[in-house]
Amino acid sequence: MRLKVTHRTEYNYDQPVRYGLQRLRLWPASGPAQTMLTWTLRIEGAREEVRFLDQFGNDTRLLSVDGDPHTISILAEGEVETNDVSGVSGLHRGFAPLWLFQHETPLTAPGPAIRDLVAGVGEGDEVGRLHSLMALIAERIVYEPGTTDTRTTAEQALVKGAGVCQDHAHVFAAGARLLGFPARYVSGYLMMNDRVEQVATHAWAEANVAGLGWVGFDAANCISPDERYVRVAVGRDYREAMPISGILIGRAEEQLAVHITVEQ
Amino acid sequence: MLLGRTANGLYWMNRYIERAENMARLIDAGLRIALTRTQNASDEWNSVLLSAGAAGAFAEKHSDYNAENVADFLMRDMANPSSVLAAMETARNNARMVRTALTRETWESINEGWMSLKRMLAEPIDQRELPTVLDAIKRETAIIRGSFYGTMLRNEIFDFAQLGTYVERADNTARILDVKYYVLLPSISWVGSSLDNYQWESILRSVAAHRSYRWVYEADYRPTSIAEYLILNVRMPRSLTFSYRFIAEHLRFLADDYSARHPSHEIAERTYARLRGTQIGDILESGLHEFLADFITENNRLGEQVAQDFGFH
Amino acid sequence: MVAFDEMLPAEAGLRKPYEAYDGWLKNQDPARLTEKMRDAERVFRKTGITFAVYGERDASERLIPFDIVPRIIAGNEWRRLTQGIEQRVQALNAFLDDIYHRQEILRAGRVPRELIATNEAFLPEMIGVKPPAGVYTHIIGVDIVRISENEFYVLEDNARTPSGVSYMLENRETMLQLFPELFQRIKVQPVENYPQLLRQSLSAVRPSNVSGVPTIAVLTPGSFNSAYFEHAFLADQMGVQLVEGQDLRVVDGHVAMRTTEGYKQIDVLYRRVDDAFLDPLTFRPDSALGVPGIMDVYRAGNITIANAPGTGIADDKAIYSYMPEIIEFYTGRKPILGNIPTWRCSEPDSLKYVQEHLAELVVKEVHGSGGYGMLVGPAATKKEREEFSKKLAARPSNYIAQPTLSLSTCPILTAKGLAPRHVDLRPFVLVSDRIQIVPGGLTRVALKEGSLVVNSSQGGGTKDTWVLDD
Repeated sequence: MRLKVTHRTEYNYDQPVRYGLQRLRLWPASGPAQTMLTWTLRIEGAREEVRFLDQFGNDTRLLSVDGDPHTISILAEGEVETNDVSGVSGLHRGFAPLWLFQHETPLTAPGPAIRDLVAGVGEGDEVGRLHSLMALIAERIVYEPGTTDTRTTAEQALVKGAGVCQDHAHVFAAGARLLGFPARYVSGYLMMNDRVEQVATHAWAEANVAGLGWVGFDAANCISPDERYVRVAVGRDYREAMPISGILIGRAEEQLAVHITVEQ
Repeated sequence: MLLGRTANGLYWMNRYIERAENMARLIDAGLRIALTRTQNASDEWNSVLLSAGAAGAFAEKHSDYNAENVADFLMRDMANPSSVLAAMETARNNARMVRTALTRETWESINEGWMSLKRMLAEPIDQRELPTVLDAIKRETAIIRGSFYGTMLRNEIFDFAQLGTYVERADNTARILDVKYYVLLPSISWVGSSLDNYQWESILRSVAAHRSYRWVYEADYRPTSIAEYLILNVRMPRSLTFSYRFIAEHLRFLADDYSARHPSHEIAERTYARLRGTQIGDILESGLHEFLADFITENNRLGEQVAQDFGFH
Repeated sequence: MVAFDEMLPAEAGLRKPYEAYDGWLKNQDPARLTEKMRDAERVFRKTGITFAVYGERDASERLIPFDIVPRIIAGNEWRRLTQGIEQRVQALNAFLDDIYHRQEILRAGRVPRELIATNEAFLPEMIGVKPPAGVYTHIIGVDIVRISENEFYVLEDNARTPSGVSYMLENRETMLQLFPELFQRIKVQPVENYPQLLRQSLSAVRPSNVSGVPTIAVLTPGSFNSAYFEHAFLADQMGVQLVEGQDLRVVDGHVAMRTTEGYKQIDVLYRRVDDAFLDPLTFRPDSALGVPGIMDVYRAGNITIANAPGTGIADDKAIYSYMPEIIEFYTGRKPILGNIPTWRCSEPDSLKYVQEHLAELVVKEVHGSGGYGMLVGPAATKKEREEFSKKLAARPSNYIAQPTLSLSTCPILTAKGLAPRHVDLRPFVLVSDRIQIVPGGLTRVALKEGSLVVNSSQGGGTKDTWVLDD
């Protein structure tokens, strides 16, 4: 399926900016699940300082910003040919060892609630158990924007019983690790069937199954990713894979506006 | 190549060394009056505090304006950021921060000066010891200045440090004059009268000019001459004009070094030209107090502009 | 247990390296020597060579005591040491390269994976980074102790930001000032060119895209850091800028410092700021000591950071016990310089042994430094041992234990004349496209009679270290 994506992010600064940085992971790579056909990243109001591949192989760029109050605009857009690989996105590659993905991070540290949840995963083959984990999460955490934020941990979201795709992905990663699988967080886009305008970027999780490689699980929608999914960056949690992260020095406040479309 | 933070450190290092020395001179002058004109002592101490810019802070702590309290506050009190001890510590912290920009001798003179004054000012000073201690302060700052002049390369490092010295000195002299500007007004001059001119002497003493004045003016103290001497004389090392001559010069060196002129160059040159083009009569006619207040404001503005132009932080 | 004295061992009589010095010493007036001792202290105080002690109020600046009797090492002894050190340093860098790439040593099962995986010094952000010349740890201090005429052991490796080199240099400078005649009589190999070597070494590992003379700077946490004197000293001696985090930001794809003429690019940063504080955008977000985005510039290959972030994984005390395996794995040879036998309390058998022999052992925290949080069994009271035993039982993997070795002694000058005290040695190693070790190092001495703790924060002093040119 050929998907056309536009992702515009705007930061508006109300006061002069002494200095600020924005780190972008907005450049999808080609792989078994997708081929990047065209992609551009247009930056206005900020300077690109460097680009590099991070420890997980994500194409990363650093922007700097300073000066009078203004708006910076980051527009990522392009076309990606996606394949339905039943969620299997390929064998592990890169220097980051698989064991690294078995370790918890502050956002995915399991607490009693997650341990309890995992105890409910029945016996079965590896993929079957992961599907069962996904189903449990989908059942326990209702999709409800505004109840959690980017700093909410997996455990907190599960206790709350509500959250967004980021929380589903975190709980899944934490649970899969407890089950003994290396697991990672994937950020990207999802084309919802009924609309062009998307509310936000999407996120899901992947677990590494011996022999198969990375297998995706979107607990927010309770399916394995198909050809409506575009993957952009991976990490052990949201913090490591987030599309844009930044630091702002000085008194200015930034106001964020995001506009995303995904269509065929 | 010089870090903006280092330039800032050098500037403040010298401002605080200059300030420590000026404090000692102010107390010295106050002490002289207090010893010889006992009935005016507390007024005089109040003037000293005003000149030091410390009257408000003093009043919060003390109610008696006597030598003991004032000297202690201006020399030892760490709560007073301009006290000799606090100023030396700030100077030394700045020197420590810019250590690599200083010659070993300069650093050692500051470090040793700080250690020795810290030791000397550790306990309240016995009144009888006060003159000895004041001398020691002046000696330590003189040694620092000596090492600095004797060993530092005349480059940007030197220029930024000197800017600090002269901006602080100009501020200090202008304050001393402004606190007593009324005794320098021609309308109430007591020339030849047996009435007291100790105020005039005190002004001159606080800038170490009571002797040199006589060499220059070959006459008794006359208020207009004193004002002229401290404001306009280009050879008197604590006058406003002298200070600005060097401020303008060091800024010019920086402009040459960096091949770049900044707004601070305009401010300094304008002030210097104004001082050079003025007669004391004009100043008195348009208001001595207004002139001094204006000068102090402009001098502060220059300091801020230098900080901005050269990336101080 | 009688310690080996490096000047006058119990049976053998005066050792050869000390003969010339002893000959000179015999003709000195004791009163004059005492006077020289005071002169030395004055020199240090005047120049402001002080260090801050953590946890002591109002002791923000204290002198490290200096002893005027040199510690003397023969040329041939030194050559043997340097071979062992070079081998070790090669292995450390090979280990770091491997750990941040294929991790062959873990795949081969020579070092347990858990040791790396659970270690906070392992920085995932370094995975895949190949620094210029393949050097991760550029400046290393290897702590060495001596037990007998021919037995030297490595006590620990300092591969992060080893300090103390300024004391090595100032100690020599002071000795030259105090006893010029001694240096005419005895040929001592020079250490004074260390700053020059350091500069050359840093220059040689500049990013490959920098042509011409690279701009080098020393990054310090600031003038209130305990080692600030050393940071300023090294910057000054190398003729490079001493910068703080607040001076730096990312400009035009490089890390640049704010000067009186605008921002200027830095190519090589000798940083004395810990990993966690290096980049608030990547590591601790509350750090004001670092440079936001420096890791991005680093991964993009536009700056060399010395030592590289994440080198702590090589000098961790838990890793230390595997150094013999690590050396053999990468160099294919047995270690020339041995390790002190070490019990890893994470292993149940070892823990049992350590608990049963606490009175004979030194127990250290795996991540500790500066002599804090350790137990010196023989010197501890029964109560102290009992309390420590509880801590040990609660977190065994936090500790390692070693036998209390009888460190060699060297004489120091006391009020009652010469008296032996325990010493160790920290030579400083520079790695770039070659390995260089200045002949000498920092000799630390436990000034208290019988004490084995040489750390300056725990009452240790220093000595000038002479390597003879023979």
